Amino acid sequence: MNHLKEKILRAATAAQEGHIPAAYSILDIVWVLYDRILGVTPENANDPDRNRFILSKGHAAVGLYVVLAEKGFISSDLLKDFGKFESPLGGHPDRLKVPGVEASTGSLGHGFPMAVGLALGAKIKKKPSRVYVIVGDGEANEGTIWESAMLAAHHKLDNLYCILDHNHSGDGAMGPGNMRKKFESFGWHASSIDGHDQKAIHAALTQRVLGKPVAVIAETVKGKGIKIMENSPEWTHKYPAPEQLETMAQELRAIKDHA
Amino acid sequence: MRKQLAATIEELIQKDSTLVLLYGDVGTYGFRRSQAQFPERVHNVGILEQSMVSMAAGLSMQGFTPVVHTIATFLVERALEQIKDDFGYQRLGGNFVSIGASYDLASWGCTHECPGDVGILKNVPEVEIVVPGSAAEFDSLFKQSYRNGHPTYFRLSNKSNPASHEVEFGKANVIRVGKRATVLAAGPMLGRVEEACKDLDVTILYYTTLAPFDNETLRRNLAGENLIVCEPYYSGACAADIAVALGSRPAAVSYIGVPREFPHHYGTMDDIDKLFGLTASAMSATIKKILSNNG
Repeated sequence: MNHLKEKILRAATAAQEGHIPAAYSILDIVWVLYDRILGVTPENANDPDRNRFILSKGHAAVGLYVVLAEKGFISSDLLKDFGKFESPLGGHPDRLKVPGVEASTGSLGHGFPMAVGLALGAKIKKKPSRVYVIVGDGEANEGTIWESAMLAAHHKLDNLYCILDHNHSGDGAMGPGNMRKKFESFGWHASSIDGHDQKAIHAALTQRVLGKPVAVIAETVKGKGIKIMENSPEWTHKYPAPEQLETMAQELRAIKDHA
Repeated sequence: MRKQLAATIEELIQKDSTLVLLYGDVGTYGFRRSQAQFPERVHNVGILEQSMVSMAAGLSMQGFTPVVHTIATFLVERALEQIKDDFGYQRLGGNFVSIGASYDLASWGCTHECPGDVGILKNVPEVEIVVPGSAAEFDSLFKQSYRNGHPTYFRLSNKSNPASHEVEFGKANVIRVGKRATVLAAGPMLGRVEEACKDLDVTILYYTTLAPFDNETLRRNLAGENLIVCEPYYSGACAADIAVALGSRPAAVSYIGVPREFPHHYGTMDDIDKLFGLTASAMSATIKKILSNNG
């Protein structure tokens, strides 16, 4: 993970664009999805019955881009021009420009109901494909998140997985409270995990519960891996100076990868 | 027109396995047969218009042709950002069919009125706007365009023109040719315009597709120096299109339509038409006044 984190750090700093801490909080989850769950590759990325992943919190896009680059959907070189005029990679993802990006998200509260539609569509087609969506805890303020939670349970979308990236972004305004209990009360199967423990992520995302959508509350840390950035509101949209960037890169390299 | 929507869906859903109807707890009775026959593709989603539109985008991504139906203000004004981001920006095909056009639901008050729909959606790139003037025209225009890969808005009204015309998606009709002026009627305005102009030597053009706007038919059929645009929604919603269509052609353009104000009255749509001077007789007087003032 740490070489991907270094890529994020360098790309976002060069572009002065992108949310580094939010990208770090979702990185283990996105990695596990593309590495072990989705089965989507550049070769089958247009298969109409593929499994789908939507990053509802589109502002963490750079975390998705590095995984797509690592998996061969896009060239790693593109990361250097992240956010530039000609680049297909921007602060929020564009599904028409980036292979592997399923939805152009950014405005919060859109990706989750789109995922509900995708999951309903798979059910209508009677296809076994599954849909995964990452929602932020700040994003959970949006009414459509709760509409979607009701809809998915009502339509018994047991092919839908909602991963709540609980990185405490929303705490400054209104934290989401006990999301496991809330999802359960809406009729979902819900569990809480350490969102940086890849084994736990894999286990949570391979559960199947007949007739119920699955919610996974992933307890995560914004900026995970760089101490000064971890849970720091100051770093939400900030970039290191050149010297500090190298110190941060060294800090990342020193972490033992537990994947 | 609303009954026609149910009938058109009932017919198409039999033969088109991509068609999915999502509706917001309105018109349930009309859709009962389609819903009973195709429960997996006809859903009374509930009263959550924003999620309903996003869900429709997800269905479109899965290869379906979604039709989303509810009252105009909730579909266009409440779920506007979903239409913009999830359909327009993502270039997904889908259909938004409203009822409760302008003040069709006058007795329910302004919370249920939506004369802004056309002007608002004119500001969303990629969105097509269709304003049929009768049930038969809706049936025809819908069948012509509903699978064309674009997000398309259909404004259904309780007010219909006395006669239906052969209409083509994206193309305006020349109803009659005169010399003194050009009168453009959008959707359900045509009946009133024909009545208002019955003793005037004017050209009448009839628009049922407002986006994309048929510049060519307007340009080719301009008569006299006056162009009078008659719209059943907020007046001037198509003013930018008219300006582009006219280009350097000199014309005195006047707009007759719904003024941008809350009526603060209940009653019927006919009552509000009277209030706003949008009956055939009031429009006749306005048109004659415009023509005498502008030569």
